[in-house]
Amino acid sequence: MAQKGTRSSFGSDRPGLWVRLDDFLRALAPAGITLVLILISLTPSRLPFFVHVAPMLSLISVFFWAVTRPGSIGYGTAFLLGAAEDALTGAPLGSTSLVFLLMLMLVNSQARFFMARTFFPTWWVFSVVAVTAAVMKWGLVSLHNMHVMDLRAIAFCSLITIAIYPLFAWALGWVNVLIYRSPE
Amino acid sequence: MKPQSPQSTNVSILRLVLQKLSLALLLLLAFGLILLGKTDTIFLPKLRALMVDATAPVLEFIAPPAKNVAGVFENVRDLAELREKNDRLVAENTRLMRWRAAALDLEVENQRLKGLLHFVPPPEARFISAKVIADTGGSFARSLIVLAGKKDGVRKGQSVVASEGLVGTVVDVGERASRVILLTDINSNIPVLVEINPNSPVLPETSRVKAILSGDNSNMPQLIFLHEPVTIRPGDRLVTSGDARVFEQGIPVGVVASVNEQTGIRVDLYVEQGRIDIVRIVDFGQTGILPDEDHD
Repeated sequence: MAQKGTRSSFGSDRPGLWVRLDDFLRALAPAGITLVLILISLTPSRLPFFVHVAPMLSLISVFFWAVTRPGSIGYGTAFLLGAAEDALTGAPLGSTSLVFLLMLMLVNSQARFFMARTFFPTWWVFSVVAVTAAVMKWGLVSLHNMHVMDLRAIAFCSLITIAIYPLFAWALGWVNVLIYRSPE
Repeated sequence: MKPQSPQSTNVSILRLVLQKLSLALLLLLAFGLILLGKTDTIFLPKLRALMVDATAPVLEFIAPPAKNVAGVFENVRDLAELREKNDRLVAENTRLMRWRAAALDLEVENQRLKGLLHFVPPPEARFISAKVIADTGGSFARSLIVLAGKKDGVRKGQSVVASEGLVGTVVDVGERASRVILLTDINSNIPVLVEINPNSPVLPETSRVKAILSGDNSNMPQLIFLHEPVTIRPGDRLVTSGDARVFEQGIPVGVVASVNEQTGIRVDLYVEQGRIDIVRIVDFGQTGILPDEDHD
């Protein structure tokens, strides 16, 4: 995996302004891409079924970056991304933040497992994470509204999210290489 | 390998402790926000409105290409159903022509009766047309973001309609964009009138019954709190009742789709989520039971 370059400017140990700005933007990329995915998931798609059981694109992104580049999405960033999604979708504010924080906690605690980075075990773990996240959010929204929601919609939402994970993991993997490849 | 100095070990431990502490604080904050969301009616709605406003330009920019992509799928589906759709529309047109004649007769009769009663008409409604720029479809919330806000005259609590009928209510109002809660959302509860089918042999004299249409994030909201013990049947029509001063009376809502002991009375809405491009925000001059903190 390509690592972020530590470049110096004109022989000085301290990197130059452009290099620092470049590094800063690269560090922001995982959160920025997740935010873009949140906005994309809000666009009026008109696709059959998609309207009613939209996949959790932001969950895919947060999980991918937590596994691929541990630390690239910190707890504070995950909290803000979750809050932004809740504010835009109208879900109880804090519910997605809570789901993201707990997921990050789980992924960080199992960092050694993800070191090998083979796809299928990661996908399997993501499947468990997606189902857990959906059930957790279902519980939080149901509790918040004092109304038990239909579990079938949650099941479909999890299944769609799990099914499209490979496609998004591939695309995000490509973005990861593009953003973090070492400068020659 | 170079051994770590005690100083750097201390820094690592301190960093780890701070990380754990920040995680605990953020978890508490998230819990706190969920609890606060139940009671706070000022700060959190303003925060949501701010967020809607901030993202509106981006959503406005990305909505048309997404619609175009979806339009391709829709065209393919429409082509496949073309002949069947044409037959259905011809039959529907014949039926509607008969209804048109009946409606014209009733309109004349209505005008004559109003004249006899010296009826004072309600104030005319004001409409604000707005483009839908986001459809937050999903299992956890059902809402739309529309491109009209405070500067266009939109206020919290105003009803939102499409050509087919009622869409929902404005809940968060930003300067140039607003969020509309749909009838299918779990937080949506609207007073309705069920127009009992006149062919019903059970209670032919009861024509309208009050009830509440309650969303549960499924496609078909549920009819609850029926005011009278009547037999509701599939096909019975629902309109807004105008109670609680939330909506004007008589806006078409949907028809009863199924009546089941386990799932309750489910309603098929006239407006299909996911096919709404333009909505009309209606100001009937109703203030609603909840005061709008931004009003005035």
